[in-house]
Amino acid sequence: MQISGAQMVIEAFIAEGVDTVFGYPGGAIMNVYDEIYKQDKFQHILNRHEQASVHAAEGYSKASGKVGVAMITSGPGFTNAVTGLADAYMDSIPLVVISGQVPMSLIGTDAFQEIDAVGISRSCTKHNYLVTDAKDLPRILKEAFYIARSGRPGPVHVDIPKDVTAQIAEFDYDIELNLETYKPHTKGNPRQIKKAIEAIAKAKRPLFYLGGGIINANAAYEVRELVQKTGIPAVETFMARGVLSHDDELLIGMLGMHGSYASNMAMSETDLVIGLGVRFDDRVTGKLSEFAKNADVIHVDIDPASISKLVNADYPIVGDVKNVVEDMLEQVGKIDSNNYESWRETIINFNELHPLTFHEDTERLKPQWVVKRVGELLGDDANISTDVGQHQMWAGQFYPFTRPRQFVSSSGLGTMGFGFPAAIGVKAASPEKISINFTGDGSILMNVQELMTAVEKKIPVINIILNNNFLGMVRQWQTLFYDKRHAETDLSVQPDFVKLAEAFGGIGYRVKTKEEFDAALKDAVEKNVVAFIEVIVHRMENVMPMVPSGGSLFNMMLLEKKGDK
Amino acid sequence: MTEENQRRVVSVIVINEASVLSRITDLFSGRGYNITSLTVAPIPESKYSRLTIVTAGSVRVIEQITKQLHKLIPVLRVYEHEDMVEKEMAMIKLPITENLSDINALCEAYNGKIVNAGENTIIAMVADEPKRIDNFLNAIKRYNPKEIVRSGAVALER
Ligand SMILES: Cc1ncc(C[n+]2csc(CCOP(=O)(O)OP(=O)(O)O)c2C)c(N)n1
Ligand SMILES: [Mg+2]
Repeated sequence: MQISGAQMVIEAFIAEGVDTVFGYPGGAIMNVYDEIYKQDKFQHILNRHEQASVHAAEGYSKASGKVGVAMITSGPGFTNAVTGLADAYMDSIPLVVISGQVPMSLIGTDAFQEIDAVGISRSCTKHNYLVTDAKDLPRILKEAFYIARSGRPGPVHVDIPKDVTAQIAEFDYDIELNLETYKPHTKGNPRQIKKAIEAIAKAKRPLFYLGGGIINANAAYEVRELVQKTGIPAVETFMARGVLSHDDELLIGMLGMHGSYASNMAMSETDLVIGLGVRFDDRVTGKLSEFAKNADVIHVDIDPASISKLVNADYPIVGDVKNVVEDMLEQVGKIDSNNYESWRETIINFNELHPLTFHEDTERLKPQWVVKRVGELLGDDANISTDVGQHQMWAGQFYPFTRPRQFVSSSGLGTMGFGFPAAIGVKAASPEKISINFTGDGSILMNVQELMTAVEKKIPVINIILNNNFLGMVRQWQTLFYDKRHAETDLSVQPDFVKLAEAFGGIGYRVKTKEEFDAALKDAVEKNVVAFIEVIVHRMENVMPMVPSGGSLFNMMLLEKKGDK
Repeated sequence: MTEENQRRVVSVIVINEASVLSRITDLFSGRGYNITSLTVAPIPESKYSRLTIVTAGSVRVIEQITKQLHKLIPVLRVYEHEDMVEKEMAMIKLPITENLSDINALCEAYNGKIVNAGENTIIAMVADEPKRIDNFLNAIKRYNPKEIVRSGAVALER
């Protein structure tokens, strides 16, 4: 079939089963938008900023497990999208991002809205392409989707000059891909797996260290089975929330900088770390030389470069977590869960000594209470997105997650402004669930224009703004490590969030008490329109426990016991 | 595991396509690895090119370099051997007034010779192991070289 480059983009989307595209038009991509106008196979959601388009595609991808798609124009359209690409790259989120480029004849002339887009995206994408001939486009688009979702997933950027989108060429999407230089390893080495099983059987204090790779690999239910059959306790990274259900007795909690006392102590005392789809991020490990100091390490990951990058793996297994865990399950009979009885008791004791909790306050709501309360009221019915800051950590700590893909947050890059557009993407992917975004008074303003997107497309995201009148997380560090010099973090001057939401056609609530909060949430869920629920919370609350940056995991600052001080 | 920096030669076979070289050099600069020298040329009668990169780093860093190179989509193979046959070429411009037979003899000891003579200067070339090129360049100093150019190492695993 002879069609234009622009039509090829549409045909490829249809062939890939894309049902939602997030984007923003402009000169260089207009030929493609013209074809979008003419088709009715997928919906296009016009965000009000290209960064938001990419975050929405990320949220869509995280919630659905499919490749997220965003489309932008050249120059400023592209540069606005870079933060989203970087965010997706850090969190291994499969995206295909299409950008327009100036016509081939103008490339290199500093033309209007010309920027070396592939030059910029090279370091924050899994792969990228500058298309120079429409005849290459079917192959490139097919490769882009394949590369984005296979192996360790990630964003792929395709930059298409305007004349290439007008060029007519042959379109055949049934071509066999022949990527001889790209062949991800998916099957774990059986000998290594056997050795790992033997090591587990011998260990006295083994510990599962579960990461976001499990969710990418759609392996959460296999992992649940493995945990249950072995009786080995587990800690989750922030990225892995929802792999185990919050009420799983073997789930100790989240580990790392703001992990629970029991999780961090378990990691410090274990004699065998069983890392599944993790990457030993510094926010997780604290001081590397003290991390799991007395333990051997089993490390399963699809990305060979993740293995022994930071912590030496005694049992490296390169492969898809799902395959490897399935192989492990076949040999699970060699493991006697009774062996770990006293280890499980040790952990219960850790938990009793310093449970993950907070102190209520009579004057103002505590942000942790809000998160817990949403959990009680909505629980499994909600998907949770977050922005970045204290509220993000409280969401990770206190929401009762029940399933994988329930939780979407910018982990690796820590991008303020991620939450609202991501929650729009989440809602587009799973409309049957309530889409909640826990956000801060700082973060929400970084993509607040998405109110318009949500109103126009009737995407009823509920933004719960935990308003502490501070860039709270930075303020916490200033309080603790900069002798309370709160430089430029005081957000006393604020918009009227209720009116702001209303100005766009959304609905706004300002609440100060538990009763008001319950009523507002109930109302927002019933009204089913985009909402801001501004909750006035305690200003000086800190996220605890806390492992100071570069400190050892077992050396946590802890919540003061009630009555201390 | 030793944390000392070791010199290492890494050979990379890549698809010969646009911006593949930038992918490689961006990887080195982005991750803070160093490049002592880098050569690249197409492999005859194939769609591939071969890069030879001389780098330095601890065992862990070198391992990361090879793994990260492997992750790049257009990279076919990465060789990182202790045991490589290495050669490098150097060209030197010298005043024609220097003792040409001595210079020629010195070059010959390093698989080279005088390859060009102009009105005021001559150009000599040598090709040898990088270490020996260092030695040669030391020895040639006394003939007042005006310009020196090194090619960077190329290498083949045994
Ligand atoms: C784009 C961006 N800029 C700056 C930061 C640094 N930063 C991390 S948390 C934070 C404060 C966020 O404030 P708020 O959204 O009110 O959340 P809170 O911590 O108060 O809950 C800042 C400025 C960041 N993560 N992202
Ligand atoms: Mg705040």
